Amino acid sequence: MEYAVFLGCNIPARLNQYETSTRAVLEKLGVGWVDIRDFNCCGYPLRNIDFKVFLLSSARNLALAEKRRLNVMALCKCCYGSLKKADYLMKDNASLRQEVNKTLEKEGLRYEGGVEVKHYLPVLYHEVGLTSIKEKVKKPFKGLKIATHYGCHALRPSQIVQFDDPVSPSLFDQLVEVTGAESITWPMKLECCGAPLWGIHDELSTDLTLKKLKNGRESGADYVCAACTYCQIQFDTVQQMILSQRGLNHPLPSILYPQLLGLSMGIDSGTLGLKMNKIPISEIEQLQTEQVEIPA
Amino acid sequence: MSLSTSLTIALAIFGLALIYKVSTWFRYKIGIQSIEIRTSERVFSALKGILLTVFSPKILTLLKVFVLDVLLQLRILKEDFLRWFMHLCIYGGFMLLLLMHALDKYITVALFNNYYPTINPFMFLRNLFGVFVILGVAIAIYRRFILKVPRLITNAMDIYTIIIVAVIMLSGIFLEATKMVAYSDYQRMVNEYSGLSDPQELKALEAYWVKEFGTVSPNLKGPFDEKILAQGRDLHQSSCAECHAKPQWAFAGYGTAKVISPIGLKIDRARLPSLLWYLHVLACWVGLAYLPFSKMFHIFTSQLSLLANSVMEKGKSFPANIATRQVMELDACTHCGTCSLRCSVAIVFDEIPNINILPSEKIASVKALASGKKLSPQALRNIQEGVYLCTNCYRCTVVCPVGINLQDLWFNVRETLLQKGYPEFFALSPLSFYRGLMREQTVRKDYEKPLIRAREAIASQCDLMKRKEKVLPLTPADRPFQSGLNLSAQARTFSVCFGCQTCTTVCPVVSNYDNPQEALGLLPHQIMHAAGLGLRDLAFGSNMLWDCLTCYQCQEQCPQGVSVTDVLYELKNLAIKHVRERAL
Repeated sequence: MEYAVFLGCNIPARLNQYETSTRAVLEKLGVGWVDIRDFNCCGYPLRNIDFKVFLLSSARNLALAEKRRLNVMALCKCCYGSLKKADYLMKDNASLRQEVNKTLEKEGLRYEGGVEVKHYLPVLYHEVGLTSIKEKVKKPFKGLKIATHYGCHALRPSQIVQFDDPVSPSLFDQLVEVTGAESITWPMKLECCGAPLWGIHDELSTDLTLKKLKNGRESGADYVCAACTYCQIQFDTVQQMILSQRGLNHPLPSILYPQLLGLSMGIDSGTLGLKMNKIPISEIEQLQTEQVEIPA
Repeated sequence: MSLSTSLTIALAIFGLALIYKVSTWFRYKIGIQSIEIRTSERVFSALKGILLTVFSPKILTLLKVFVLDVLLQLRILKEDFLRWFMHLCIYGGFMLLLLMHALDKYITVALFNNYYPTINPFMFLRNLFGVFVILGVAIAIYRRFILKVPRLITNAMDIYTIIIVAVIMLSGIFLEATKMVAYSDYQRMVNEYSGLSDPQELKALEAYWVKEFGTVSPNLKGPFDEKILAQGRDLHQSSCAECHAKPQWAFAGYGTAKVISPIGLKIDRARLPSLLWYLHVLACWVGLAYLPFSKMFHIFTSQLSLLANSVMEKGKSFPANIATRQVMELDACTHCGTCSLRCSVAIVFDEIPNINILPSEKIASVKALASGKKLSPQALRNIQEGVYLCTNCYRCTVVCPVGINLQDLWFNVRETLLQKGYPEFFALSPLSFYRGLMREQTVRKDYEKPLIRAREAIASQCDLMKRKEKVLPLTPADRPFQSGLNLSAQARTFSVCFGCQTCTTVCPVVSNYDNPQEALGLLPHQIMHAAGLGLRDLAFGSNMLWDCLTCYQCQEQCPQGVSVTDVLYELKNLAIKHVRERAL
């Protein structure tokens, strides 16, 4: 099991803890990680501007992975959604494929559709499996309530992304519960985090983010858990900005899934970059218990 | 014109240009933060900053960076071995030649009291270093013109630089070779140094030199008698050997001499050695005078940039020094193209042919901008679009071999340009996410302006939105628009919309407003309907289009299978295309 890991633009620049924590977790679970330095933008921010530009940018990544005969594993759900969409179009639409490949061939690349794009949550769920993950959980949480945030671009359009059941997904909740935490039921679980409009229409973005986080807090969550770059930055960096702007207190801190899983596996908080989160999450460690080894 | 006059002129140009260039570092302004800072404050801060750094533990960081990044250039090695080897050949070879050969009167003579350019190891080393540089230049030519690295742009300055260095090196080698074959040079040396007068002895020495040193004599031709050669060897040992090593040691010059020896007499008659000498020296002067205006200026500035960036930090260093550093960095750029090779959106250049998308080219435009050069609105808009088309991934900054903080540069230029009043339509895309994160560092009161301006520029093209009382004809107004919605297969699905309003009902943006129509204009189901009727203005002019989260709730839940989100995406593409074309 080896993947070309797609980090995208934001993780190396401003969410380094996502990379370090995922690396640490995947290493323990035996999932191989290959870096392709030539990867470029997934195309997501370019979709508003020009469809062709989006497709070209996205497909170039798929071509690079195909050249190395690797499947792609995305950490960001917007990257995932974009790559999935591009993959779908390149497989489905011969004339588009031809047009894109004509440009890619200028640098000796082409995409024939031989790559599977996955997000790392389904990789953990389907390929590593809950049982194998559970074996590695050494310091499970107790009494921790987590609000899982699925992320729009992972769930929808379901026909293309095929992540989980778009109406009542459960994959992420099960992955959270493996760590001993409780995944709460909350009405706005499948709603947008607000990030797509941050920088375009901040008022609206703020409204949506606060509404969602308030709903999570009121439903009893201690933390919201994200597995997407944009969602995490929105819930962490942006939440901190907007709370101070609107003079509000009581954040609902956000923890990245690999940070949560990593802690339960006993990986040290430095590697997981807990301190790099803008809204402090270190208190979560107090809810961990030492697993008592039962002699066989 | 005598040599010393030309040298004086070259030095004067170099010196004046250097002073002018350095003065621009303190005068030019990039970014809103630097507008308020006066030149005198910048000069003072620079001196203070340098003193405070040199007399602090940071000196260790500077030393480390000097050894690893300036001397060994590990940043280039990390990128690409071939390029590192190429650059080391050119820079190492050139510096050593400069110190040992060009400045021999001042440096080499002082260090070695037996120095003479025609003895070893100097003769050998001069050739070795020269060959290093030629090898490096050959690799540079190979990379830029034969290998054709994608998106590596070669401009006139790159070509001039390659030509100047190549002319200096090749003229040097040819000069040495022609001197080896030239009979008059041989005679001059005999007259000056040998003190021989016996014709027999002179003949023996000449024979020896024709055989062993490549001299082409009009009088003598081999093969020679062994006895004469033995006598010549003895004479050579006593009169010449002390300050003239075997020419084979000057392997490049000797090899060339062997090739040109059939025309050796003609070369001498044409006095080619002195011509080449002038060419060699003048090319050096030209290089010297051109240096401050060209990428070769990085010989000085790249070190400054690497050292300054290793100890400076935004928020901690004096703002005046950051302003100065940013202008200085523009002169440190070597136009090597690494940033463009690693740029996350460089591929976009293949579809949108705006050269300012590529960071390595953008920096040239920023230079023009910083110098206060009058740029046309078109040029300004192109630069603005180029700096906006950036995912702010920091890769350019991480890989820059001379350590330029390109990310900060783009941010500052972006904010300055956005306030000039040209609408930037790309601001209505998630490329703005970073700007949102950085909003505390923009001029707060102007933060929203570019976003509003872009929306207004698009809405102003939509007459129907402005004239609400207008009665619409029943037949679709704009068939090309309607049939233009076909970029991805999904977008054609709007035609099956039956107006059930599910999309609008599930839209989180719509439900955020008490009076959604007032805030958003047309709602999702109405936009689908407008698209169905071919009413372009209504579809383009609605805020809903730009306030769409792309959360795909509408599309997922549509009972008719209309790809609502994808249609909205395409409408955005068309609207931007439409207004961009009009703006250009």
